[in-house]
Amino acid sequence: MRVEIVRVEITVNGQPHSREVEPRLLLVHFLRDTLSLTGTHVGCDTSSCGACTVMLDGVAVKSCTVLAAQADGCSVTTVEGLGGPDGLSPVQEGFRQCHGLQCGFCTPGMVMAATALLTERPDPSEQEIRDGLKGNMCRCTGYQMIVESVQWAAANGGAR
Amino acid sequence: MIGSAVPRKEDAALLTGRGTFVDDIHRPGLLHMVYVHSGEAHALITQIDTEAARALPGVVGVWTARDFAELPARPSVPGLERGYLAGDKVHYVGEPVAVVVATDRYLAADAARAVRVEYEPLPVMATVADALAPDAVPIFAPLESNLALEQQVTPHDVADELDASPHRLRARLVNQRCAGAPLEPYGVLADWTGAGPTIWATVQAPHRVRAEIAERFGLARHLVRVIAPDVGGAFGVKSSFMPELFLAPELSRRLGRPVKFVETRGEHMVHTYHGRDQIQEVEVGFDDEGTILALDVTLTVNTGGVPDPVGIALATLTSYMLGGCYRIPKIAARFRSVVTNTTPTASYRGAGRPEASFLIERVVDLVARRLGKDPADVRRVNLVQPGEMPYQTPFEGIVYDEADYPAALDLLLDRLDYAGLREEQERRRADPGAKLLGVGLSTFVEMGGFGPTPLFEQFGYIGGWESANVRLQPDGSAIILVGTAPHGQGHQTALAQIAADELGVPFEAISVLYGDTAVVQEGIGTMGSRGMPVAGNAVRQAAADVAAKARLIAAHMLEAEGDDLVRVEAGFQVKGVPTAEVSLAAVAERSFKPHLLPAGTGLGLECTSYYEPSNLSYPSGAHGCVVEIDRETGHVHVLRYVCVDDCGTVINPMTARGQIHGGVAQGIAQALYEKVSFDADGRPLNASLEDYMLPGMLDLPGYETHHIETKSSFNPLGAKGLGEAGATAAPQAVVNAIVDALAHLGVRDVEMPCTPERVWKAMHHAS
Ligand code: FES
Ligand code: FES
Repeated sequence: MRVEIVRVEITVNGQPHSREVEPRLLLVHFLRDTLSLTGTHVGCDTSSCGACTVMLDGVAVKSCTVLAAQADGCSVTTVEGLGGPDGLSPVQEGFRQCHGLQCGFCTPGMVMAATALLTERPDPSEQEIRDGLKGNMCRCTGYQMIVESVQWAAANGGAR
Repeated sequence: MIGSAVPRKEDAALLTGRGTFVDDIHRPGLLHMVYVHSGEAHALITQIDTEAARALPGVVGVWTARDFAELPARPSVPGLERGYLAGDKVHYVGEPVAVVVATDRYLAADAARAVRVEYEPLPVMATVADALAPDAVPIFAPLESNLALEQQVTPHDVADELDASPHRLRARLVNQRCAGAPLEPYGVLADWTGAGPTIWATVQAPHRVRAEIAERFGLARHLVRVIAPDVGGAFGVKSSFMPELFLAPELSRRLGRPVKFVETRGEHMVHTYHGRDQIQEVEVGFDDEGTILALDVTLTVNTGGVPDPVGIALATLTSYMLGGCYRIPKIAARFRSVVTNTTPTASYRGAGRPEASFLIERVVDLVARRLGKDPADVRRVNLVQPGEMPYQTPFEGIVYDEADYPAALDLLLDRLDYAGLREEQERRRADPGAKLLGVGLSTFVEMGGFGPTPLFEQFGYIGGWESANVRLQPDGSAIILVGTAPHGQGHQTALAQIAADELGVPFEAISVLYGDTAVVQEGIGTMGSRGMPVAGNAVRQAAADVAAKARLIAAHMLEAEGDDLVRVEAGFQVKGVPTAEVSLAAVAERSFKPHLLPAGTGLGLECTSYYEPSNLSYPSGAHGCVVEIDRETGHVHVLRYVCVDDCGTVINPMTARGQIHGGVAQGIAQALYEKVSFDADGRPLNASLEDYMLPGMLDLPGYETHHIETKSSFNPLGAKGLGEAGATAAPQAVVNAIVDALAHLGVRDVEMPCTPERVWKAMHHAS
């Protein structure tokens, strides 16, 4: 029995990568296992939790619902690509200031989804935040401090 | 630093994707382990055909129960030993039947699907009623019936007291089965090199795990290293001894390569143990004022298909807490733990105590309703008063520490604007176009600070203490090793705050490490709201001892007596002589210069302390929930959720708020959304996050949090713990609110989860 292979070229956090992968390989496993970018997490197998959220050509997607082969030629931003050498992005800093994370497992996905939300709506209301992040689950915080974190970020630099 | 809302030390790594969860760890030559789970709830295994699976690419091997026959059983109820994989029969859907190892996780999953298991079905008993029916066949050998344990918790009954009560009522309450569902599922990576294994695992008590693994493999403990790296939530469900904790190291040993197991979510929902699942039959006697005179309780726990040593006895804790924060003179309690063809049950946030608080808080509301009194008033006549603390409950050894229950209730009523809400409720009842309004109260007390040792030994731990090692570096910064294993609670931050105050070292100059048995002295772990009341005190004590030694060295350097020194920002100063000052860094460096130390002083500034609590602690408070209910659909909307918590000393108000929010969220979710269900054949009905209603952003309200700070005299820090308080308080606050909204329709109870369907039916079928 032979395992089929396809070649994909994907730019991740500004870095081009060219790899041979199985056609069925999920983008989240390409990021985690092939590229060792383990910041993107897997919390479910039904595309329900959002722990795997990344930006694909600027749009927030659940990377467990995308095949690596489908991302061929695309540009991906993961949590490792936010912020910079001088520190945390405003969204990341908002989560730190407002205790928007406890165990931190949902956090990368939550931070990516919040960043995407603020790109579209720089000054969201509480309801817009809750609507925008409804696809991301957190079992630790009960969400209110995540909402406050996003509000902090909106007031302190937004989606940068 | 105690009491200040500093951002957490843990966050920078977690926010940038540089956390280290088990599945993030890679080892050279890594192999992936996957289970074959039973799809039958009760059946004999007639054949397991692994041939096709073995022939698939990348497959290293397939093993069944008989391949592990030599390995001693995993930690079990004595006499009810459980193996690693199902042998002759399966007891529930999701029970592991075989294990596959392959070179990658996709290939391992392919191979698991290719394993053919043949079953001969047996009658399925998915409910306690079925399992106890006269014709029921015993599920778990060697038990002769499905009644795994029956315990009279109290030696007496309360028949006379109930007979003598002016009023009495009965209730049957159900505390349904929930899934812990931490966002990170269970995971283990074992690498057996040389004489023993290193195991990275998502566990709450690494030293205990080390002890159990060492015992199974006949190894001395120093040869086994267990590391709990970043753990993505646990809520009690990562304290059970799952088979993978032992199978991964065993297979690593056999294969000479590292082996990783990471649960899928679908697997988590049937494989990792569930919580709650308790039926409560209650009778209460009371007088005209609502004063409770006697309480009689029979608890029936569904332990699932394979009894867990913790799960089988959790109703003991429920029994101890039955009186809640009320002065109930006589309580009789008994429980039964029943085997059924479902996933086993064990600890889940609160583990036995939320069930008790739910019971008594529902009962108080029922009493109020029967007498036509306000639930707040009935609470008031029964509350233990602050002057009665410490309060000896009717259960030996269960003594509540300092608290002011009436003050918590008063503050809650004030913040709720209780009188205003009652008026609004009447107004809405009179207006058929308005949604119905309900207010629910929960004046709760729970049990935290687990320990002390005699209690915790019963759960298999070496002790109920916690350990801390505090050591100053030559530059005056500090490293702390603590025996806990947190999973989101923020111990790096809170424990550094405690140490900063004792040592006089800046918060920024303290690092806290935990979760590695090769690095940390013997420790116990994180469960039972024990972080601050037990570990916090261990850190405090070790830091105080280091500070005392530093003072002696400083005195020597300043040519003064220790008593003549005062603490100043930088270090020590001779009282009243600002020029005679020495920095802590200079003292720390001096501690490593043997020739410059006072005679007889040992080198270094370091101390290890083991803190044994004198008793449990009893976090308490008063929570209130305001709901509105759609008259057409029965849909419940939580308008407000108000908490007054008394966890004793608050170390970090920001993380304390987070713990309360998270616990309340899980409690509201139990009240409104969550229930693990099985059909009559024992097939899970909601074994995924698509079907199991884990709440999202739109399903939960904002929370208003307030504190009353009554320090506990049971430990020097005065802390009581609060990891489980929210989950303990919230379910009944919500249910009481729902029943309150519908009371005028004659509704007395709505079973959790209070789905629109159930609420609608209650509205239309009451009285
Ligand atoms: S892992 Fe992608 S949505 Fe859960
Ligand atoms: S912080 Fe733990 S799941 Fe969100």
